[in-house]
Amino acid sequence: MTAPSRLLNRDVLRIGTTGLRTRPTRAVLSALGIAIGIAAMIAVVGISSSSQARLNDELARLGTNLLRATAGTDFTGKQTTLPPDTVGKVGMVEGVERASSTATLPVSVYRSRLSDPAATGGLVPMVADRSLLDVVSGHVRTGTWLNPATSAFPAVVLGSAAADRLGVVTPGTQIWLGGNNFTVVGILDPVSLAPELDRAALIGEPVATRLFAFDGSPTTVYERSADEAVERVRSLLGPTIAPQAPSGVEVSRPSDALAAKNAANQAFTGLLVGLGSVALLVGGIGVANTMIISVLERRREIGLRRSLGATRGHIRTQFLTEALLLSALGGVFGCGLGAAVTAAMALTNRWPFALPAESLAIAVAATLVIGAAAGLYPAVRAARTPPTAALNS
Amino acid sequence: MISLSDVQRAYGAPPVLACAGISLTITPGEFVAIVGPSGSGKSSLLNIIGTLDRPTAGVARVDGLDVSGLDDRALSALRAHRIGFVFQQFHLADGVSAVDNVADGLLYTGVPRARRRLAAKGALDRVGLAHRLDHRPNQLSGGERQRVAIARAVVGDPPLLLADEPTGNLDTASGTAIVELLDDLNRQGTTVVVITHDTGLAERLPRRIALRDGRVVSDSSGES
Repeated sequence: MTAPSRLLNRDVLRIGTTGLRTRPTRAVLSALGIAIGIAAMIAVVGISSSSQARLNDELARLGTNLLRATAGTDFTGKQTTLPPDTVGKVGMVEGVERASSTATLPVSVYRSRLSDPAATGGLVPMVADRSLLDVVSGHVRTGTWLNPATSAFPAVVLGSAAADRLGVVTPGTQIWLGGNNFTVVGILDPVSLAPELDRAALIGEPVATRLFAFDGSPTTVYERSADEAVERVRSLLGPTIAPQAPSGVEVSRPSDALAAKNAANQAFTGLLVGLGSVALLVGGIGVANTMIISVLERRREIGLRRSLGATRGHIRTQFLTEALLLSALGGVFGCGLGAAVTAAMALTNRWPFALPAESLAIAVAATLVIGAAAGLYPAVRAARTPPTAALNS
Repeated sequence: MISLSDVQRAYGAPPVLACAGISLTITPGEFVAIVGPSGSGKSSLLNIIGTLDRPTAGVARVDGLDVSGLDDRALSALRAHRIGFVFQQFHLADGVSAVDNVADGLLYTGVPRARRRLAAKGALDRVGLAHRLDHRPNQLSGGERQRVAIARAVVGDPPLLLADEPTGNLDTASGTAIVELLDDLNRQGTTVVVITHDTGLAERLPRRIALRDGRVVSDSSGES
């Protein structure tokens, strides 16, 4: 009995690259479809994980131990206020480290007394505790925060959006607040954990009491507690502030809102992943198409190989290998491209660069599956080509 | 070596017989020419002898094995180890050096590449192309290309060499050189079967089998 036909694995790899080596342009173009699909998916994963990393960094910096209690509506739908001694009571809850409050004033703020009274700009004058900035981790961009002296006089600190809308750039500017001239003493940076302060014009309690008959009832209380006590404090805040109607107090955790916003962005990335997978599918069809053309063109080569002793299996393996290598080429190139897009995005947005290694592994595995699927039919077709027909073409 | 008994090969529907009942025997060491006009079934016959095709009726025994009883793997093994092919169009891979083209003759025998190339150098030496190892097919003349193709066919020392119009694309001088080469191989013990249109070439061979319309019309060894 004759020894069997044998093809060494090394040779499988070598002849599998024949098509890629002899027709590099075609190989690159057909791998490009796969590359674009993979790059899109890698970029989507990379960008969303980079922005998640940025959020995690930000939360780590700001802390997730801030709770915010606001006066809600009671069961008749009437707006409630918090009692004047709320901050003091909250400060006595076990686990609470610091507490502060703001109170919304029923007045409006304008650039000057000549401004259109209807153009409030959505800006809210508020009475602020002097400890507020510390509790919400806010920063003064220019000027100073309220101190015991400025709290007693018509001085105001503007949130970043409020300063933009009023056109105030430097401290010292006069604005028109509730029928009085107020002098801007400071402008804040955006406050991530309390975005409502961005639209606020913050004044001290003594001047509010004097000019606007402020009764000391806060509308919002902020508190910081030890990380492990957050949930317990959260459940205690309502009953502590308003024992007779705890449900009238809305307690929220601003860091949750930030995370929720990020989750909404993630939902959008689902759509992009869908688009990427369509590109991948089209890329796979491109590879299948290229392979079918290649099989038709190389009928003579197939016939020759059969005459040299190749079995149908050897021919099948050769073309399947070529399809796999073609898609793997696209996959690796796509991974690089996707990582580059992610890096560029992270760099321009000053996010940390984050790309899970397993997403790259999954991407390459996916291209191999696509390559196998795309190459199967052409390979079977090549193997079925009768050697005599192939040689005479 | 080869024994055909009433071999038929039909194509299409209604069937057209390319081989309409051919019986012949070729013993080891013979040098046989198959002659006949176009369409007489020469190539179909050679394909059956070379196991590239199977008869639709009759029994074909190649190297002692009944072809119809063998599966694809067994037939491929036979071609890889026992049969060498030479084609009119050479069928060399462009862009690949002569030595690598010849080395591919052993690709499906499981011999590692370094040893294949070594054997290929030896085979090119045998066909007188030791000085053309690294030339590509497009840098070689037609006669040289056919000699490369012959080197590829014999690099594994197959006992049977089949050549389909090996001189068909060559000028007279190159053709003569190819015939001399085949003659040398035959003297070293290889059974050689050549299809040819060239009556001058056929005249010089010890045995001529003439086909017409898929049948043997004369067999010179039978007459003598």
